[in-house]
Formats: sequence, C-alpha cells, structure tokens
Amino acid sequence: MEPVIFEERKTQIHRKGAEPFSISCNKSSLAGAVSQRACVFCGSRVVLYPIADALHLVHGPIGCAVYTWDIRGALSSGPELHRLSFSTDLREKDVIFGGEKKLYQALVELIDRHQPNAAFVYSTCIVGIIGDDLKAVCKKVQAEKGIPVIPVQSEGFKGNKREGYLAACEAMFQLVGTGDTSDISPLSVNILGDFNLAGEIWIIQDYLKRMGVDVVANITGDGRVADVRRAHGAALNLVQCSGATMDLAKMLKEKYGIPFIRVSYFGIEDMSDALYDVAKFFEDKDPGIMTRTQELVREELMALYPKLQTFRKDLEGKKAAIYVGGAFKAFSLIKSFRHLGMNVVMVGSQTGTEEDYQELAEITDEGTIIVDDTNPLELSAFIKEKDVDIFVGGVKERPIAFKLGVGFCDHNHERKEALEGFLGMYNFAREVHATVTSPVWNFTPRRRKSPIAAGSPGEVCAS
Amino acid sequence: MTLLRHTPLEIKDRKALSINPAKTCQPVGAMYAALGIHGCLPHSHGSQGCCAYHRSALTRHYKEPVSAATSSFTEGSSVFGGQANLLQAINNIFTVYEPDVIAVHTTCLSETIGDDVPQIADKARQDGKIPEGKFVVSASTPSYVGSHVTGFANMVMGTLKGFAEKTGKKNGKVNLIPGFVEPSDMEEIKRLAAAMGVKTILFPDTSGVLNGPLTGEYKMFPDGGTTVDELRSTGDSIGTLALGEWASADGAKYLDSTHKVPCKILDLPIGLKATDRFIDALRLISGRHVTDLITHERGQLVDMISDMHQYFYHKKVALVGDPDQVIALTEFLTSIDMCPVHIVTGTPGKKFEARIKEITKDSPFPVNIKSRGDMFLLHQWIKNDPVDLLIGNTYCKYIARDEDIPLIRHGFPIIDRVGHQYFPTVGYKGGLRLLEKILDALLTRIDRDASEDCFELAY
Repeated sequence: MEPVIFEERKTQIHRKGAEPFSISCNKSSLAGAVSQRACVFCGSRVVLYPIADALHLVHGPIGCAVYTWDIRGALSSGPELHRLSFSTDLREKDVIFGGEKKLYQALVELIDRHQPNAAFVYSTCIVGIIGDDLKAVCKKVQAEKGIPVIPVQSEGFKGNKREGYLAACEAMFQLVGTGDTSDISPLSVNILGDFNLAGEIWIIQDYLKRMGVDVVANITGDGRVADVRRAHGAALNLVQCSGATMDLAKMLKEKYGIPFIRVSYFGIEDMSDALYDVAKFFEDKDPGIMTRTQELVREELMALYPKLQTFRKDLEGKKAAIYVGGAFKAFSLIKSFRHLGMNVVMVGSQTGTEEDYQELAEITDEGTIIVDDTNPLELSAFIKEKDVDIFVGGVKERPIAFKLGVGFCDHNHERKEALEGFLGMYNFAREVHATVTSPVWNFTPRRRKSPIAAGSPGEVCAS
Repeated sequence: MTLLRHTPLEIKDRKALSINPAKTCQPVGAMYAALGIHGCLPHSHGSQGCCAYHRSALTRHYKEPVSAATSSFTEGSSVFGGQANLLQAINNIFTVYEPDVIAVHTTCLSETIGDDVPQIADKARQDGKIPEGKFVVSASTPSYVGSHVTGFANMVMGTLKGFAEKTGKKNGKVNLIPGFVEPSDMEEIKRLAAAMGVKTILFPDTSGVLNGPLTGEYKMFPDGGTTVDELRSTGDSIGTLALGEWASADGAKYLDSTHKVPCKILDLPIGLKATDRFIDALRLISGRHVTDLITHERGQLVDMISDMHQYFYHKKVALVGDPDQVIALTEFLTSIDMCPVHIVTGTPGKKFEARIKEITKDSPFPVNIKSRGDMFLLHQWIKNDPVDLLIGNTYCKYIARDEDIPLIRHGFPIIDRVGHQYFPTVGYKGGLRLLEKILDALLTRIDRDASEDCFELAY
C-alpha cells in the first residue's frame, strides 16, 4: 500500500533499493503540513535550560515559557533554578509600547532575589517583531549586576530548531574564556550535547573518571555557569547529538584550537567507540589509558551480554520504526536494534542533513523507508505498511503508535530511563522488551479479533 | 533541599514578571475548542513552534494523537505578511488531509504583523481553494491577551459565527456550551440532558475525539465532535445554556444577539448547587420535568456528603486553575463546609475576585484571592498560611511536595495522572467523584500521620 503523501514531499522520502539514493531535506516545512517540527526558540531553550544555576528568562507572551517549563527532565545534582518558569508575560500594551522596561525590571528583580551566576534572556517571535533591543537591556543589567546577562536571539520564525541550537551556542560562547583554567588536568574533556535526562551524564562521567579523564564542563546537562566559563581549558570536546552543540564545538576549535570528536553514548558499539576514541586521543599523554579503557569496556560488557541475550530470545525478527529529532541518534538506534535481533524498517528525523540520510541509507537494509520531516498520516501509513512491532519517537508520536496497536519507546526528552552507556543499553533492551511483548497487544485489533466486536452477535470469532 | 527553595516567604508586588504561570496562551485553548468540531483540522497561523507546542501540550494531557496544521511562518512571511502561507496551507490541507472544516486561529506573530484571516479565507474561497461543502472558520487569538480560556471562548464564538444560521423554523433543541472542560464532562452534560429528555446540540464536543478507544486505526478525524449540520442549526435552537462565563458566555451572547436564540449563563455544573441550577435551567428552557433518575443521583451525592461531613469541616484548601472551574469548585467546597483560603487564577478578570469574595464571605478564615496570579504567589501564600489540601493542575506537584500537602489534580494540564479523560467532575456523579478524591486525599493523610496508638481502621 502506498501511503498518502503530499506531492511536494515525495522527494523527502526514500525507499532503499527501489531507487538510487536521493533525498531532499533541511527544507522549510510546507505550509499546511501537520509537521512534527518545532521552532528556533524551542531549539535554544532545550539546549540552554539544563544550566541549573543560571536564570532563564523568556521575554515574550506567557505561552513560550509555559510550554518549556521543566518538560525535559534535565536533572541537576545541585541548584534547580532551571526548573522554574520565568516570563515577562507580555501583554497588549507591551506589544504596542515595547517591552524593554518590563524586561529590565524583571531581570533586576530576579537577579536580586535568586543571585544566579548568569542570566539567559530568550527572545521570542513577538520580540523580533516589536523590535525590543534585547542586547541593550542585557548589557545594561550586566553592568549593574556584575553577572553575565546574555541575550539569546531565538525568535521563533527565523527557522526551525537548528537555528535555535546555533543561537544557544552563540550565547554559551560568550561565557567561554572568562574562567580560570590553571588547575585543569591535561587529560580533560568537555561533554557537549548531553542534557542529563534521567541522570545519563552521570553514567558517562563515571566511565571517564574510571579512565582517568576529568570533565571540565557539562554542556549542558547538570551544567554550571562557572564550568562553561572555563570550558576553553579542556583538551578535547566530545560532541553528542547531531545539531545541538556542534556549532559550539566548531567555535571552540576555531578560537581555542580544541579538537572535537563526534560521539554517541547509545548502544554497545557507539559507547565503546566513544571511550576508545577518548583513550586514543590521550594515549601519548597517558600510555595506560587504553588498557584501563579496555578493561572498563570488558567489565561492562561481561555484565551486559547475558542480560541482553534473555531479551533477544523474545525480540528476534521483530520490526522497528524510528522517528527522532536529529539523525545522529538514529545510527545508534539501528545498531542497538541489531543487537536485539530486530530489523529497522523505517527511519526518519526532523532535522537530518543530506549526509545523515546518505549514511542511513548505507547502514539500513533493502526496502527501509528513509524520511525527512514527516507527519502523522505518513507515519501511520508507514507503520501499517511495514507491520512494525515498535515505534521509537517522541511525545507526539506515542499515541499514534498506541492507536495502531504498536509498542512504543520514548527516546526523546520524555524518557524516564537512562538510555546512555552500557547501563542504558540494558535499560533500552528492557523497555523494548516490555513494550514489544506486552500482553496488551493481544487485545488489539491488529493481532486479534475481539469476541465482542460490534455487529457480530453470538458469533464466535477466530483468534 | 526542596525543589522550590527559591520561593521566599515575603510577598512583594510583581508587575513585570510571571513566575510558574497558572495560565497559558490563547491558541492552545482555540485548538482544543476546534477539536470539538467533527472532521476539523485546527490550523495555527504562525511559526511552526506554536503548533508543535500546543499539540504536545494537548497530547500530554489527553494521551491521544492531536493533529493540527501550521502556516510555518518564515522570516519572509513575518515581513511580508502570512497571506501566501495561509492560502497555500488551505489548499494543501483540503487536498491532502480532506477535513470538513479548517479552524484557523492566529498567534502573537500573525496578529502583530496584522494578517486579516477572514479576508484571507474569503480570498481562498474566491480562488476556488475551498471545495464545495467544506468550510474555513477562524478566531483571532493573540497570545498577549487573556489566556488559554480566552482562546477557547474566541474559537467557540468564531465557529458559531461561521456556521450558525436562522431559517426561521425552530429545531426544538437546546444549545449547550460546556466550557473548557474534559471530554468526559462533555459526555456527562449530554447524558444529563438526555436523561431529562432534552434534545441538545453540544458544542464544542471533544468526547470521542480526545478520549477515543484503541481501534487499531489512526484516524486524523475521530468519530466524535459537533457536526457541521448541528453547528448550522444552532441558530434555530430554542435557547442556549452557557456553562462557565469565561469560556462560554461570548458564544451564547452572539447567538442571542444575532439569531435571537435566548441564552442563560451559568456556572460550570460542578458540585451540588451549581448542578441544581443547571438542571433547573434545563427544565425551564425545555419545559421538561426533572426525572427520577436525576433526583436519585442528586440524592446519592447528598447522601455521601452527609455520611462524611465531619471530615470536611473547616479543612483549609488552596485552589488554582481556570476561573470557571475555580468559581464552581470554591462554591462546592464551601457548601460542604471546607474552606478555600488561597484562590488563584492566571486568567485576567476583576469579576473573578468579586465572585469568589461573594462565595467565601462567610468563611471563618481570611481568604486570599488573585486573578492574573501565578503559582509562585500561591506558594508564598501557602508558606505563610498552610493548608490541608491543594487542588490544581500537575504543576502543583512541586508545591505539594515541598510543603507536604495532599494534592488533587484538577484542571489543565494533567500530565502525570490519568482518569480525567474518562471520569467527569460535572453533574451529581462528578460530585461523587470529587468527594471520593477529596476524602481519599484527606483520609490517606490521617492514616499516614497517625501514631500507632491512634491508628484507626474505620472512618
């Protein structure tokens, strides 16, 4: 069955094997499409908000602050100022006369009360239109209060989340280079693109510690302003998550000459590769590091493998569909599913690049559907066509999967289990097992006809 | 350490700042109302982030797929206007998704650049982009005015404006505007009216849209919702009952003034007294009798109140939510001898404070009331004068945890519990459910805190 799709969207869908590789992406969503995408502000907000001892003030009408109030589950081991919602709550008269005065008052009041180590001020669509001079207000408050007050140029209409990531990176880069780096170990890294969902960054920090590597700054999960300020003192940047912090890594490389490596902490291969890459990088400074890393990986895998095998028994041959924000995560997921004996039959992302999709096409099996910026109708058509057993996505996709009678794993910001690291692979396998083998699917029409189906009085239905 | 350790005891007047809001913006309310039209695709005329946020917010609350389209504004459209985007969107939506109705709401962005949605919809019609038998309705919902409740009210009115017709021949039905309530509440309101033999048109009606069954099919347009024929017919009804002044009055008044359908504005039928008034209004407007079934249900509610009244006596409650909900809840709690002492809504409206003051005038305790308030203020009030019970949406859980107060989740959004989709809080049955929740919260607390020698088996 061919799914219903927009004529204009046909180039954003590729079926591996059916045609030579070609996909168009990074296009603005079509007006009228039920897109799963978000805006610039959303991108900036999700990247910066885990910095827990900073003040995050949303300059705009109330909605933008409400919809981003503590929704990501980015955990902090200390301060939790980031979990509150601060908004200038712009009203009609502010839109007419400007909101600068209000912004100034709000900043002064909040900084006086909460004594944050820095403040981020997010601009929203409306601020871009009415022309408030965010920079000038921030500069003034910074001079008065003596803490960095940083404007984040995140007007929603200026693009999608990718532009928001860039604005966030530019904002953080203003902090970098202002802290003391004299006591930083030569074996040190910054962790970029990890938001400490369900405590994941603590797992990674533990591995690095066991290898003898110090972490200078978490960017941004369990993040602290002082750490970001001295991030330029690290020897290496580890960059996870395709779009979110890559721009910052590039800025750090250009200005401070810090090399970066792209890593993923999801799945066995990618997690091990990440640690080995770090070990390789520091091998000339610390010849023992590779052995320690090998030991660490061996230890973790010895514990993990037997557990995975028990899940694999039930999961062998089951089919998975993936739709995530950034394509980078999809690579790890495909490999993780292979460890469980499962096949990925559809994979897509909101913000992938052409290279991302090319790589996806290379590592997936024949017939796999590869899709950019999809919508619920397409998703449900693909899920049914491929008769999948599990869908991996975010909040908006979950009920679609369930309505179809298909298992679901939230690999987005609403996940409740840590999915990174070797522990995360176990948690992932357990979640996949829980949902794929759930008895609930036996009650759903996809697998079984109900004996109380309407219109069949007294008839015994075959299962 | 407590999560909200940042809340100080000392209360200062704040003008420039909202902390931990008790409201959200108009478009999400408009989207919710539009989902109560059968075969309707809500459309957000603005940046695509707004639409994604509103869909996520509604999905988290209802655990149901929520489809809506967006004009996907770019930098260009925000300079040159969004007409081209909306025209293209209307064309695309009718071509691919084939809804019966597109309900367009604006955003702060499209409002500020001055897009005239009705005029753009007219142009789409003239250009032949709206197929025969299909409709575009709209509402102006700037995010910087009012709240999500205002947006709901505006979309209700926009839809009625777009559809209501007066043929001169009465249809014998009563229009019911249920307010910004759950699908389960809408179902219950219909059931009560049907139990009295009253024929009704309920709009919006999200039952069957946002509390649907697992069918094995993804339906972009579920079976529920008020149909276009029903919406047209609202101009021929014998009267309108608007439940909740903030969410429903505008639509009812429109039908009254434009189509001479007389309206009565009531509180949400939450609790004994407000449900009595609703049933009485139904009786008067339809000329039907109150049936035995309804008298029976009322009797059951009074029965439970009498059985357990000593546990309600002078219990202090903090309440936060939408004005219509909070007014009705305050009356209910007061009527069973509980004492709401801190009452906040985020939605602006001076009338709210006056109304609550009137309801709580005989309270044995001082009462704090604030419209356009937020949860930071509510928390400060609670710190200064502790309560036995907190009632509000999921965001109250921070306060409940920090102050160790039992919380009953009520309102929008509830994103950490289920049940609101299926079990109403309106009507006499809804009253029973509320009492069950209140008693469960209070008695569980007594059990938890009782010393071993005072630990009781029966209540």
